[in-house]
Amino acid sequence: MTTIDTPPQTAPTTSGAGHALSSVAEWITTTDHKRLGRMLIGTGMIAMLGIAVVGGLLGFERIDAATISLNANSITQLFSIYRVGLALFAVLPVMLGLAVAVVPLQLGARSLAFARLAAAGFWAWFFGMDLVILSIIANGGPGGGTSKFVALFIAAFGVMLGGLTMIAISLATTVLTTRAPGMNMRRVPLFSWSVLVTALGLILMLPVAIGTVIYLYVSYRYNRVPFGGNQGILDYIGFSVTQPQTYLYALPAIGFAAEMFPLAARRRMPMRGFVLGALGLVGVAGITGVTQVQHVLPWVGSKLYLGHFGKKFGDLLDYGFFNALPVIGAVLVLLIGPLAFKGGRPKITAPLVFGVFGLGMILMGMLGGLLYGVLDLGLQGTVFEEGAYVYVCYGAILTTLGAVTYWGPKLWGRKLADKKVLPLALLGALATALASLPYYIAGFADQPANSVTFAYSGPQGLWNTLATVGHGLMVLTVAAFIGLALQGFRKGELAGDDPWDAHTLEWATSSPAPDDNFAELHTVMSAEPLLDLKSSPDLTSSPELKSKRENA
Amino acid sequence: MLALPQAPTPPARRQLFVGTAVACSAGFTLIGGMMGLWLRMRHRALSVTDGTWVPKKISIPEVPSNIMLLSFIGIGVFAQWAVYAARRDDKRHVAIALGLTGLLGIAVINAQVAVYVHMALPIRSADGSAYGIMFYAATGTFIAFLIIGIVFSFVTAFRYLGGRTSEREIVTAHAIYWYFAAAAFTMLWFVVYVTK
Repeated sequence: MTTIDTPPQTAPTTSGAGHALSSVAEWITTTDHKRLGRMLIGTGMIAMLGIAVVGGLLGFERIDAATISLNANSITQLFSIYRVGLALFAVLPVMLGLAVAVVPLQLGARSLAFARLAAAGFWAWFFGMDLVILSIIANGGPGGGTSKFVALFIAAFGVMLGGLTMIAISLATTVLTTRAPGMNMRRVPLFSWSVLVTALGLILMLPVAIGTVIYLYVSYRYNRVPFGGNQGILDYIGFSVTQPQTYLYALPAIGFAAEMFPLAARRRMPMRGFVLGALGLVGVAGITGVTQVQHVLPWVGSKLYLGHFGKKFGDLLDYGFFNALPVIGAVLVLLIGPLAFKGGRPKITAPLVFGVFGLGMILMGMLGGLLYGVLDLGLQGTVFEEGAYVYVCYGAILTTLGAVTYWGPKLWGRKLADKKVLPLALLGALATALASLPYYIAGFADQPANSVTFAYSGPQGLWNTLATVGHGLMVLTVAAFIGLALQGFRKGELAGDDPWDAHTLEWATSSPAPDDNFAELHTVMSAEPLLDLKSSPDLTSSPELKSKRENA
Repeated sequence: MLALPQAPTPPARRQLFVGTAVACSAGFTLIGGMMGLWLRMRHRALSVTDGTWVPKKISIPEVPSNIMLLSFIGIGVFAQWAVYAARRDDKRHVAIALGLTGLLGIAVINAQVAVYVHMALPIRSADGSAYGIMFYAATGTFIAFLIIGIVFSFVTAFRYLGGRTSEREIVTAHAIYWYFAAAAFTMLWFVVYVTK
């Protein structure tokens, strides 16, 4: 022991304020992946509430398209914060937070690789987000009128993306290097696999956006013409907050949903290799960000004749690769997952319901994105794209609520009551459908995107009223879930180590997981190590396991 | 708690090496994205506007830019020399190799500054050309990568020469970083100084 250590019996007792300060300092300086994950999830959820309110306000503003209730100058800013915020303040951070909290546990690792890098990433994202909000409030951001704050927006946006890239690097390295002995890549849990695909996609795509932001910043400071000044910002960085890029952000949600099917069936995932491949296909969406081009299908069907067949085929290939492959991946997950139920009755739990509904909503958004790219449908520049965006993002958030319910016991040691959480899954699904589907219909009626004044034949007030109600219900869903989580994870029923009778390694440690996650390292012999153990002849007859299964 | 079979201590998974490689791929797509946008804006300028991209009266010095490219061959050799020497626990050679790597990194920055001085390219363009801002943004970003590399060389030297000779992985990761820098500069050199 060195001479600067203070023996425990002589250590000064801290006052209440001192204790609070040290507690805050612990959170600020933490490199514990479970805390970092909770910080990302918590901040993302609060941001989600704010963004859903903005979505509701914009929906309300569009009910009566002849008048403007809000300040006319703030409309562009509201659209900007809604567009940027939903993807980069809420969905992606919440997904990454979940991954940071859970992936090391699933892999049997004691910590996150480069935990300090991930912590720096969190703070960079957090302060970047604050500055983005501040700049937009102060009349900056895309289309903003105060040049200093437009410049601040661009810089803060870059800082935020840099932070998210750092977290992605940490996560990818974690999956590649810290797996338990015996856990080869084919045995990685489906959620962790989807996180690896997402992280690698982000590592490829976010730096491209950062490079563009560097150009935009220098351009805005010195010569605004080439990149279009404040009006051109979203033209260049908009690809990072639209389809198919958002599929990549929602991919961990699809991975979580895939993991819920075999769990509910208490069986191994059938055709697991195909599911891994399907999740990889969704990751193709990340390459769109790298190319910075929206891949559309200029089909103009009536002109299909032999002379142009080569070009048409090329267009179709390009469009299909970037837009259809991710959809095929998600469809495969949805088709293969329920095969686990074959020959048995699944146990319906709140995480499963959240996962299935969320996956369904994401898929609806992906199908919308697929249609949006077909130029013949004339959907470009309409609110149809917004419908797809909201479907994907709200679907991902919905799934996250299920994931927090599922892994909550491992993070807090207590379990949320299924009966209380389950109705929120139904409410959230209704909210997502209401906030999105009317925009699909209004898109076909040519309601313009990012505009509050328009006129088209049809019940335009009805569609926008429904969308406003949808956003309002989403606020209610998320707020109610946060309330339930605050209550349940502090005072709820103690969860036990394996409350879901689960298959993966995170449930082999105590709840909540200790600082180093596992007291000892485990050897893994399959993709479902706990299922191996539970189905071994010694244990199947154990009364303890039987009662645990009955309770789960 | 369910008791899975206890595992023996696993071998090291080369976390620093893998992490550096992953970070380098992020850096590569950053430079690649910037070069992609450069080519797009160049194409637009040549086809849509009056057909000029590089402002008139601006000459791009080729000697320092080619010297920079050649310097990266030396940097690669020295970084790999450090790896070779570290495997043989040859501290003196590791020190020389890392020192030379860092020194050449500084020399490349010096050459880039020489390019700036020689070109005297104004960042603000009266005709609204994007060339000036894109040139400074792209090369400035690469200078940032060079500074990171030089710091990496010094950190590696301090750690290795400070007695942590068993940590050879950092020397390998350091070499990977400089290979990435060489690849990124080759791309930048071709787009900015050859294609212009």
